[in-house]
Amino acid sequence: MIEVRGLVKSFGSKVALEGVDLDVAEGEFLTLVGPNGAGKTTLIRILATLTRPTGGSVRVAGYDLAGQGAEIRRRIGLASHQTLLYGDLSAEENLRFYGRMYEVPELEERITALLQRVGLEHRRHDLVRTLSRGMQQRLSLARALLHDPAILLLDEPYTGLDQQAVEVLREVLVALAPPKLGGMKGGAKSRTVLMTTHNLERGLELCDRAAILVNGRLVHQADKSDLDVVSFTQAYRRHLHVSRFTFDVGVGR
Amino acid sequence: MSFLRKVLAIVQKDVAVELRTREMLSSMFVFSLLVIVIFSFAFELRVENVREVAPGVLWVTFVFAGMLGLSRSFVLEKDKGCLEGLLLCPVDRSAIYFGKMLGNVIFMTIVEAIILPIFSILFNIFLFQPVLLLIVVLGTLGFAGVGTLFSAMAVHTRSREVMLPILLFPVVVPAMIAAVKATGGILDGQPFSEIAHWVRLLAVFDVVFLAISFMTFDYVVEE
Repeated sequence: MIEVRGLVKSFGSKVALEGVDLDVAEGEFLTLVGPNGAGKTTLIRILATLTRPTGGSVRVAGYDLAGQGAEIRRRIGLASHQTLLYGDLSAEENLRFYGRMYEVPELEERITALLQRVGLEHRRHDLVRTLSRGMQQRLSLARALLHDPAILLLDEPYTGLDQQAVEVLREVLVALAPPKLGGMKGGAKSRTVLMTTHNLERGLELCDRAAILVNGRLVHQADKSDLDVVSFTQAYRRHLHVSRFTFDVGVGR
Repeated sequence: MSFLRKVLAIVQKDVAVELRTREMLSSMFVFSLLVIVIFSFAFELRVENVREVAPGVLWVTFVFAGMLGLSRSFVLEKDKGCLEGLLLCPVDRSAIYFGKMLGNVIFMTIVEAIILPIFSILFNIFLFQPVLLLIVVLGTLGFAGVGTLFSAMAVHTRSREVMLPILLFPVVVPAMIAAVKATGGILDGQPFSEIAHWVRLLAVFDVVFLAISFMTFDYVVEE
């Protein structure tokens, strides 16, 4: 579903991604972890066609990023730590606007169903700026799912949420996850999910594969069957330590 | 049709937000009113024939009020990452440009429609002539057309309130000269044939810069 080959992205002299190769199969839930500045958000932004890569090739849902951006955008939903919602429009008006932009059929029914799914039906007429951060994040997820995308990109969805909001969001994500991971039957059976997070525990709980991105490179990948939280955490710390050591030596020179 | 529906959706969204907040319209209107009142009092003291300075005052008012609106246009989208939400939509990105541009034209036109009668009263000049209204429409379209593109560029910069006028004014100078000259001709009672070349220049400016903005907007908004 997602094929990334030799992906490079640089901002001037700063290299954010350095030859990333990544495959995500249809229906797979991949969690990508890494420290701040590892390149996770840059990778998500490139897959979402928001940032142009410097080199390499990317195919999403069989479409090439270089010339078929609109086709890719039709098939992806993005939820990031920014809500992408208009504070001065109500929850319902926000979803209606995005629904019109995505040409969602039977939009009103879809809006009602999604607001119920994320538990915001009772706040549908409230302005988004009056909702709590957790509610806004749930509404942001509803916006990302509005056009029923085959691919869901989640960029640090837990950022800035309190414990209760994290739990509520987790329940929504569990419902989205493939049935083998506890998700609802039918709704998400073929949805591909790529999530970036700092939160190892949350990230590993839902995924069926996890990868570590450090300094713009994919340094470790593990399937759910071979993966336990302790060994993956150790691997993560080891790679972080190596990257810090390399950085320190580089600076020292 | 799909393209037009999405342009319309963006326009309706901008109008709905503005009707709720009235931030852009109120600041543009108050600023315009202050400018014409101050100019009116200033010229009352020294200038004998206000018709000579009226076209300049009128367009200075429209341009600076328009600048206030344009500088807010993409700030609204930048907040909470809404611009990215728009860019994620499966639509040719020129639809975003046309939606935002039409929204800016609507807001500028509303302010102009309120300011023109006040200007007529304060300067004692009859402005409601079809050709003059055509010039106002063409000037507004050209200004908002280029301004929307530069507003999208400037919103990513730290000092966007300063960057927008610095980028925009040199480019809109030909349109503003044509608009002032044509307005002056109308107020002096010249026949249309005498000012037709200025109106044509305005029309050509609009077509050329709308086409350039249509072709370059995608590169302006994508990193």
